[in-house]
Amino acid sequence: MEKWHDNRAWFLVLPVFLMVAISAIIPLMTVVNYSVQDIFGPGQRVFVGIEWFREVLGDSRLHDALIRQLIFSGLVLLIEIPLGVAIALAMPARGWGVSVSLVLLALPLLIPWNVIGTIWIIFMRPDIGLLGVLINGLGIPFDHPTAPLDAWVTVVLMEVWHWTPLVALLAYAGLRAIPDAYFQAARIDGASAWATFRYIQLPKMRGVLVIAVLLRFMDSFLIYAEPFVLTGGGPGNSTTFLSIYLVKLAVGQFDLGPAAAFSIIYFLIVLLFSFVFYQALQRIGTGDKPGDRR
Amino acid sequence: MRIRKSTVGLIVYLIVVMLPIYWMLNMSLRSNADITGFFALYPTRPTLDNYIKIFTDESWYSGYINSIIYVSMNMTMSLLVALPAAYAFSRFRFLGDKHMFFWLLTNRMAPPAVFLLPFFQLYSTFGLIDTHFAVALAHTLFNVPLAVWILEGFMSGVPREIDETAYIDGYSFPRFFITVFLPLIRAGIGVTAFFTFMFSWVELLFARTLTTTAAKPIAAVMTRTVSASGLDWGLLAAAGVLTIVPGALVIWFVRNHMAKGFALGRV
Amino acid sequence: MGSLEWMAWTLPTAIFFVTIALILTGMTVWQIISPGTERRGFLPMATTRGDRLFIGLLGSAFIHLGWIGLTDLSLWWALAISVAYLLAMMRWG
Repeated sequence: MEKWHDNRAWFLVLPVFLMVAISAIIPLMTVVNYSVQDIFGPGQRVFVGIEWFREVLGDSRLHDALIRQLIFSGLVLLIEIPLGVAIALAMPARGWGVSVSLVLLALPLLIPWNVIGTIWIIFMRPDIGLLGVLINGLGIPFDHPTAPLDAWVTVVLMEVWHWTPLVALLAYAGLRAIPDAYFQAARIDGASAWATFRYIQLPKMRGVLVIAVLLRFMDSFLIYAEPFVLTGGGPGNSTTFLSIYLVKLAVGQFDLGPAAAFSIIYFLIVLLFSFVFYQALQRIGTGDKPGDRR
Repeated sequence: MRIRKSTVGLIVYLIVVMLPIYWMLNMSLRSNADITGFFALYPTRPTLDNYIKIFTDESWYSGYINSIIYVSMNMTMSLLVALPAAYAFSRFRFLGDKHMFFWLLTNRMAPPAVFLLPFFQLYSTFGLIDTHFAVALAHTLFNVPLAVWILEGFMSGVPREIDETAYIDGYSFPRFFITVFLPLIRAGIGVTAFFTFMFSWVELLFARTLTTTAAKPIAAVMTRTVSASGLDWGLLAAAGVLTIVPGALVIWFVRNHMAKGFALGRV
Repeated sequence: MGSLEWMAWTLPTAIFFVTIALILTGMTVWQIISPGTERRGFLPMATTRGDRLFIGLLGSAFIHLGWIGLTDLSLWWALAISVAYLLAMMRWG
């Protein structure tokens, strides 16, 4: 089905454009302006050119934070997307079980992010927290405030707990949109469960999975409140992700210029990855293969 | 047999998901000294003091009211502007449509820490600081793109013959859109409402930066418990439990729409 | 409305944003006068002019960052490389 060509459709988009543009473009321009100046206070500023960019790009702590961030977001996507899809597949299609599992799944999403970190501090405490006591009871030495690996496990666990339901909810909504006729046809053909998943359910979920992957990538790459409250970026710098380092720079040292330059580089990295994901995911399974020249 | 196995897996997963939330509930029913004093699987000396404090202290419960006000405003604004836009994206090709769509998504990609300062300045210029509208407007930055994205998927699932038939029958666009089209995508509106509610409800940085007292959100009120004599874990947990309630009600209302699902077409 | 001093404008950034705005306006006018369509170049997917412009600009940003990060030479070189890259992308991408 070819869409209708009509530039008057712009009038329908205009309200969205205006509402978002004011909040988006003016602050973006201002941050770009900050990034090329040394700002001492209101009205007191000196143009410094690309000095801040040079400083930020040569900052080895930023390189470390970027590598940590990439590993973290990669891990989060690798765990949450398959797990979320598996949960959606396991959920009942009708009956009271639907309401119960939907509501329970949504609960972690509804807690403000700073509270999540705080609750997990206690939850993981080896003396008074449920999971901490449980792990120690199994005889595993686990100490997230001092051992970097344990801190990583904790932060990833918290992130998976918090956000996998989002993937599951989206995937479930996508699954329910598949007409029953498809499954009947598959049953008549004697298709295995795997074949049904691979050739019917997965392709039909592509649209929602694009949303899920991109949302999870963007939000996990920008994650701040939960790990900051839980570990403060420590022990040492082992869980200092990009946003945590950025806030240290912007608020802790009050270096507006370098922090602005950092923000722009950060934004460009997210933009690049999101664009590549967006392009790649749109094309998977649509027959528009690389090298398929027309 | 296979189905039973996956159901067992689902139940195990849901129990694991509930553990931290159970622990929050547990903490909320204990005094601070109790929580830090000893480990208890369930409250041995249950108390409602934490909840009583929240419901009687104006600075606490007004935080909930403020959050509910700006989240509702944000939901309404996001849906009102996103509905026509999503219709345009799902039905028409127009100049720059794909780029517009991707540009909307880029608004979720900027790290907020530094952007907060010009945001504050911009909203001060318009005299919006410490109003519910300011927070609602700021949250449209990440909620409107999401709303357009999800709604576009639902709308693409509605065959275009329906539009054509309606126009032939002499419906004007507004009349067709409101009386014919919107009822067809009820499920999509429900799902979108839940997601915009959720992201606005849990967002802290913008909400805290743009408010001081009159519109202070609950998440910001909670950070105050840190500064007092250490952290009042019990009070914080009780506040956390109460933050779940409105969202749980929203998802309860949209659960049937969720189950109906959405036919996301080509985005 | 108060002054816009808080936006901290400088001449170079103003020139930068005006250039971007002019490019976008130019692309819009071009599209209206002679509409372009999707086509295949050396990129692994079919692209429109606007897509290639975006890829070109994003690439240029990273060329500049790489130049600043890896060399101490003048930024004008990076600009020259970026313009050449952008034009190549528009023509053959």
